Amino acid sequence: MDHIQMARAMFGTNMAVHIIFATIGVGLPMMMLAAELMYQRTKDLQYVVMAKRWTKTLGVLLGVGIPTGTIAGVQLSLLWPGFMEVIGRVMALPFQIEIYAFMIEALFMSIYVYAAEKIKPWARVVSLFFVAFGAMASAVLISNVHAFEGTPAGFRFENGEIVDVDPWAAFFNPSFLVTAGHTALTAYTTGAFVVAAVAAYKMLKNKFGTSEFDFHQKALKLSIVLGLVFSFLTALNGHATTQHLYREQPEKLAAAEGLFETKDHAGLTLFGYTDKEAQEVKYGIEFPWVLSFLSGNSFDTVVTGLNDFPEEYWPPLYVHILFNAMVIIGSGLIALALFALVWNKWLKKDTYPRWVLWLFVAAGPLSVISIECGWIFACTGRQPWTIYRMLSTADSVTSYENLGFLFTMFILVYIILCVSVVFTLLYYFKRHSVMDDIYIAEQKDDRLFDSNS
Amino acid sequence: MSDALLAITLVWGFIFLYAIMASMDFGAGFWAMTYIKKEETNATKIANSYLSPTWEVTNTFVVGLVIAIYSLFPGAVFTIGVALIVPASLILVLLCIRSAFLVFSHSVDKYEKALTYISGLTGLIIPGLLISVLPITHLGFVEGMRGNEELNLFKLFTSPNEYAFMGFGILSTLFLSSLLLSDYSKQADETKAYKIYRRDAMITGPLMLVMAMIVMITLKSEANWLYEGMMKNSALLLVSLVFFIISGVALYLPYFSKREVKGMPRIAVIAIIIQYLVGSYVYGIAHLPYIIYPNVTILSGFTDPTSFRAVFATYIVGFAILVPGFYYFWSIFMKDQRRKFKRRQMTN
Repeated sequence: MDHIQMARAMFGTNMAVHIIFATIGVGLPMMMLAAELMYQRTKDLQYVVMAKRWTKTLGVLLGVGIPTGTIAGVQLSLLWPGFMEVIGRVMALPFQIEIYAFMIEALFMSIYVYAAEKIKPWARVVSLFFVAFGAMASAVLISNVHAFEGTPAGFRFENGEIVDVDPWAAFFNPSFLVTAGHTALTAYTTGAFVVAAVAAYKMLKNKFGTSEFDFHQKALKLSIVLGLVFSFLTALNGHATTQHLYREQPEKLAAAEGLFETKDHAGLTLFGYTDKEAQEVKYGIEFPWVLSFLSGNSFDTVVTGLNDFPEEYWPPLYVHILFNAMVIIGSGLIALALFALVWNKWLKKDTYPRWVLWLFVAAGPLSVISIECGWIFACTGRQPWTIYRMLSTADSVTSYENLGFLFTMFILVYIILCVSVVFTLLYYFKRHSVMDDIYIAEQKDDRLFDSNS
Repeated sequence: MSDALLAITLVWGFIFLYAIMASMDFGAGFWAMTYIKKEETNATKIANSYLSPTWEVTNTFVVGLVIAIYSLFPGAVFTIGVALIVPASLILVLLCIRSAFLVFSHSVDKYEKALTYISGLTGLIIPGLLISVLPITHLGFVEGMRGNEELNLFKLFTSPNEYAFMGFGILSTLFLSSLLLSDYSKQADETKAYKIYRRDAMITGPLMLVMAMIVMITLKSEANWLYEGMMKNSALLLVSLVFFIISGVALYLPYFSKREVKGMPRIAVIAIIIQYLVGSYVYGIAHLPYIIYPNVTILSGFTDPTSFRAVFATYIVGFAILVPGFYYFWSIFMKDQRRKFKRRQMTN
């Protein structure tokens, strides 16, 4: 590996770990808020227990999410000082505001956890709302930096100097809304399906009719509804994102689709891999005309192929696989949630077939994989640039060459963290069963939330 | 005041705040480890109960500080990034493990002992690494032309000044945290713990002062430009010494009174914070105009004026909203912790 690849791998590993915890950290507060609202509507104590157990989970996950986020924040300027120099001059605002969003989240989280029994129900919902809002705002603001990298705005280079800086124009760069929306919606989708996976697994492990089964079924139903809503919105937003790519980063779209020749009535290819020599996607299934239609809402839309760009500007061709994985998993999630909803609501069944439950168990990890594929696609698809057509990755990287040792050290730390977070969750929930929590809640014990510290 | 000077003052303020908060956090970890065998004194419990609520804020503050530097002085980022990549990576790794186990130990009681050792050891190592940033910025060991700079680690680790700073940083951490914990345990009516921490402050305080002297002596031979600059404000250095003596008096003098619990740790804490404020001001003002000597100055690193105004505005708005909120929550929380602590003592 050369020095740039090493730096990319190092930062990429950090993001790959962080993104799991960050995504669930945005999705789970939304689920907690939904459970609290359900409690306000139904007065069913099980929803309070649900919110409590998710809060506990979130608290443990933050134990990895915050430190890896700290690493990401600092490592950006250690590994990519050339990039952060431009960001510092032009795009500092999102980072600044993100700190406040995080503080708001931490503050209201503490209020929610420590004062849960001392404040009125509406105040509990309000503090939870701010927790969810803070988490979502941090994600949106950080994705905005990513949006800026793809569609830079608010500055110009003149003889190597940055001129005409307009920080707010950079903040509201062309793809801000669509990219940030994508991050938020996919995080909510993932949050819902991760919860669904745990609930479905627990339903498989418990007998139908027990109150523990009942508890998990309520959680599953809640996450199916929310999962369906957010995965469907993600699909709509994904369509808008594709059209942005078509207009603003055409070589990224061409690489995602493995399209070499510029043409109208261009087809969309699912599966397969891009063969550079043959200039086509091998072993894929082609849907004629669809790509043109998706890009410009008409079959006549001309989609630019890779051959119209100099080869050194081409993103790596494997992004086709990542893009496919993301889209296919996303569509699968919609189909699964829709099926389960129809089964339950219109066919009036008491519960779900076991194979559907197993599909939900798989849906949780798959949604996380989809997030990973999406991020890797978004970032490798922008190569060779860190700021599209403005700043190359080679000009961004540190001049420090001996990254190998540091990289190994960080990998070790990530392994330790990931193993211990799993161990911690298993250990805690083995000792604090659903039935115990329900019992405690029913006793109206004032220490309901006391164990969260 | 020029914009660049205003910006560097802001950064200095953040660093100072972080240094105080982090010293207390790291030191508390070390003391918790030291007294783990002396269960009857509650010294470990006091330190741990202080430790838990602070980590999230201090962790976020690290990121806030880094962001402040690159958004206010982007021109310095390349040099700083290259100079600090090794020490900062080490700090990150240790900090990461420490915070994670702090969180996990709430859920897994088996981790509690491991946590005490992890936070105790990192509580000594991290401050030593953190303060090394200062010698890196003033000793002039960042070599090479712009875009190709590198920190000469060999020169750094053979420099007496680096070790003087490390010793000063570690002793300051221990001193500040033992002072604060003595105040905290006095508030919680923990006489035994109070006596222990008061004794620790009495030992580490003078040692810290000796280390500060060694720092000055090594500065004179290794970074004379900085030493000369600091001596221009020697009157202020004397003021800081006066506050050190005040805090000593607050700790020692009431020793001769008849009451069981002696000393006024609250006054000592305040006097010492003022001492550090004055001392770090003298260091900071002498360090100007350099951010990293001799490569980067505050003017060469300063951001675009439009960006500066936007960033500065977000600081004002953000702090106006957050500071009262945090102060309010912090006071409730600390009271609650103490109450819970007492309740636990009574049930035992």
